[in-house]
Amino acid sequence: MSPIVSRGFRGRRDGAPNDRVPPGQYVTRDFPVLSAGPTPHRPLELWDFSIVGEVDEPRRWTWEEFRALPSEEVTVDIHCVTKWSKLDTVWQGVSVDTLLDGVETAAEYVVPFSDGGYTTNLPLEDVTGGKAWVAFAYDGEPLEPEHGGPARMLVPHLYFWKSAKWVRGLRLSAIDEPGFWEVNGYHNYGDPWQEQRYWGD
Amino acid sequence: MNWRVAEVVNVVPETPRVKTVAFDVPGWPGHRAGQHVDVRLTAEDGYQAQRSYSIASVPDGTRVELTVERLEDGEVSPYLTDGLRPGDRIELRGPVGGYFVWEPSQGGPLLLVAGGSGVVPLMAMIRARAVAGSDIDARLLFSSRSWEEVIYRGELERLGGGGLTVVHTLTRSQPPGWAGYARRVDAEMLVEVGPSPSRLPGVYVCGPTPFVEAVAEALVELGHEPHRVRTERFGPTGGE
Amino acid sequence: MDALMLDGNAVAGILQEVFAVEMTTAIGTCNRCGGTDRVGALHVFRGAGIVMRCPHCDNALVTIVEDGTRVWIGFAGVRTLQVTV
Repeated sequence: MSPIVSRGFRGRRDGAPNDRVPPGQYVTRDFPVLSAGPTPHRPLELWDFSIVGEVDEPRRWTWEEFRALPSEEVTVDIHCVTKWSKLDTVWQGVSVDTLLDGVETAAEYVVPFSDGGYTTNLPLEDVTGGKAWVAFAYDGEPLEPEHGGPARMLVPHLYFWKSAKWVRGLRLSAIDEPGFWEVNGYHNYGDPWQEQRYWGD
Repeated sequence: MNWRVAEVVNVVPETPRVKTVAFDVPGWPGHRAGQHVDVRLTAEDGYQAQRSYSIASVPDGTRVELTVERLEDGEVSPYLTDGLRPGDRIELRGPVGGYFVWEPSQGGPLLLVAGGSGVVPLMAMIRARAVAGSDIDARLLFSSRSWEEVIYRGELERLGGGGLTVVHTLTRSQPPGWAGYARRVDAEMLVEVGPSPSRLPGVYVCGPTPFVEAVAEALVELGHEPHRVRTERFGPTGGE
Repeated sequence: MDALMLDGNAVAGILQEVFAVEMTTAIGTCNRCGGTDRVGALHVFRGAGIVMRCPHCDNALVTIVEDGTRVWIGFAGVRTLQVTV
């Protein structure tokens, strides 16, 4: 049965040039807060970020050490699988290339892991070559806890569930390890331009 | 159970920010007090939004009333309160929710604690109690910002008595000469309003999530059994 | 406490579509802490999909993902579910 159209209902959306909006998406000026669980509140003195797994030597940075790494400001469009897209979002973050600089690995996959137990999975080549950051500021301000602060993944070329909030590290892996949403119905890769939202898409 | 078409019969203001929308829903199977519906709106280009709203009315054939608070930044509520005209159509799924339900046959005493528009499912319970001619000990503790913003104020005044006690607390402003509570619901207020935990009341708490959290915690600390305290959280500001 | 958190009752609609019976009064047992609660009392979070968590230990009990026609329900954290039919 086709849904009934409700006269005059528009919803909260903006217009946008088609070539910037993936299929099935609507542009919003808000920044919806979506979360799989309660917001963690980890004090910075207890925060660290690690690279573990299939690496010659695991790495670890405290918050001070992490913030001393070279970072960059990036302006990107982000696309949530729940159909909202937000254009020209401005972040400050450390490139994953910087974090993996000099790391020796035969791994082809990476699992970002977060406070609260959330994980997601990506091919290593999708977080390298300038495609991904660990972001600690949004719109010129420190990243708020409800949006993933102190730091979250930022992988704008894939649906935003891949940009794990409250990220604490990357586990490099020889095999692909589907994460929280990937085992529960969402697509393993998640390219918004091919509308890869769900299993079987 | 799928989506039913609901046609607007009328829209009636309750307070400056709140309206009750009456729908005619062919095939409506009836419902129980406390249940809600999922509302789905589809725009011409296929964009959809979905929200849940508690049913305010008692079962009455195909008539279903929803009382909606217009949220400043809301995507759906302003459309329901200000965009709908008689004859317009939306889609509903329901009734749903067997957890947050009360029927007179369950007996009492009954303690209902409402924060703002959280009163809607509790009003459905109060109305069901009235229609059944029940004299079960029922107490409504109702937190609102101001006297002007008390939803169903007149009807609550009329229904009071015969075992139903209505206690208001006005948290932001009070009318001249107000002698009632003027602060957020707290343990002391809950003790004064009662009934005591030893009477094993059924307790229903509804409103914004922070309100429900604080009240539920206070109730359990006062000795109410956690499984007797049923909560319906509306999210940060009441559903959106 | 998260201001965005809801009760299990909030997903009554989708659960009833899938299971064809009232599910919010079903009783689930958490496979991590053993806590038992009515589905209606679980803590609901809306992320990319819906997550229902144990109110005692935050374990993810149920996940719900829907595309309008298909619904994926994961029960990874539920040891047993008691349903009245």
